[in-house]
Amino acid sequence: MDITWYLVLSAFIFAIGAAGVISRRNPLVVLLCLELMLNAGNLALVAFSRMHGSEAGQVFALIVMVIAACEVVVGLGIIVAMYRNRLPIDIDEMSELRG
Amino acid sequence: MWFEQVLFFVAGIGALGGALGVVLLQNPFYSVLSLVGHLLGLAVLFLLLNAEFLAAAQVVVYAGAVMVLYLFVVAYIGGADVPLRPESGGVAMFGPLFAGAIAVELCIAFIASGLQALDTQGADIARPENADQFGTPGAIGELLLTDFLLPFEAASFLLLVAAVGAVVLARRRRGLEDAPVSTGPTRPRDEPPPAETLEVRV
Repeated sequence: MDITWYLVLSAFIFAIGAAGVISRRNPLVVLLCLELMLNAGNLALVAFSRMHGSEAGQVFALIVMVIAACEVVVGLGIIVAMYRNRLPIDIDEMSELRG
Repeated sequence: MWFEQVLFFVAGIGALGGALGVVLLQNPFYSVLSLVGHLLGLAVLFLLLNAEFLAAAQVVVYAGAVMVLYLFVVAYIGGADVPLRPESGGVAMFGPLFAGAIAVELCIAFIASGLQALDTQGADIARPENADQFGTPGAIGELLLTDFLLPFEAASFLLLVAAVGAVVLARRRRGLEDAPVSTGPTRPRDEPPPAETLEVRV
């Protein structure tokens, strides 16, 4: 398969994730859609790494996975804190950082 | 190669379907399960691109560990079947429009790009006999401990910071409990507590 196929697939996954981030209200689903966008970036990185025949892109993708895990942990911590404080689980209601 | 093309389309359709399921399903629980399917499809694509270590890490770390974390939180919050308000109107209307614009733009950029190598199967990755093969754990590990040592250590430090931050964010704070725990005499919230009753709750 040509590298272009992988890149086009990653473009579509990124667009789906962006649509979810914009249009969904549940913060859990917004985090999942952020994962989709990061994964699309990962796919493009691995495809370019294959294109160049160098593994540096795969190391980049590994670091992106670490960043995604950190983002998930902090985001889920914020959601649990929202739930504990009896705040609505709705990102449109969350417009200030003050707990 | 015939088999490779079939595998690409099966995994690609799986990844795209999983992504659509994440966005379109109403129940967050099913969204998480759909994302697991998406990640498995993506792992197959990584294997097709000769990224064996990354595919294994994707399945073990992402689909295995991170998704379990999501499932715990969804079960804790209680995945609501119906949204609090109908998800329409406002900026949400422009979501699909924006996504379509991004997809078209990126496809134009990729297909009309002048990069000759995009229309090939990739560079020649055959290695000498004694060296590690492309994308195996040995090759990636050697890169991580030689060329990319600083990003590797920074990533491990970032993970530590994120873990501590999550504990701080999600712990139970004094004065914010939803139900009074102690059954002793009630006192006004403004009054500072007596020193001997101060206790650390985690």
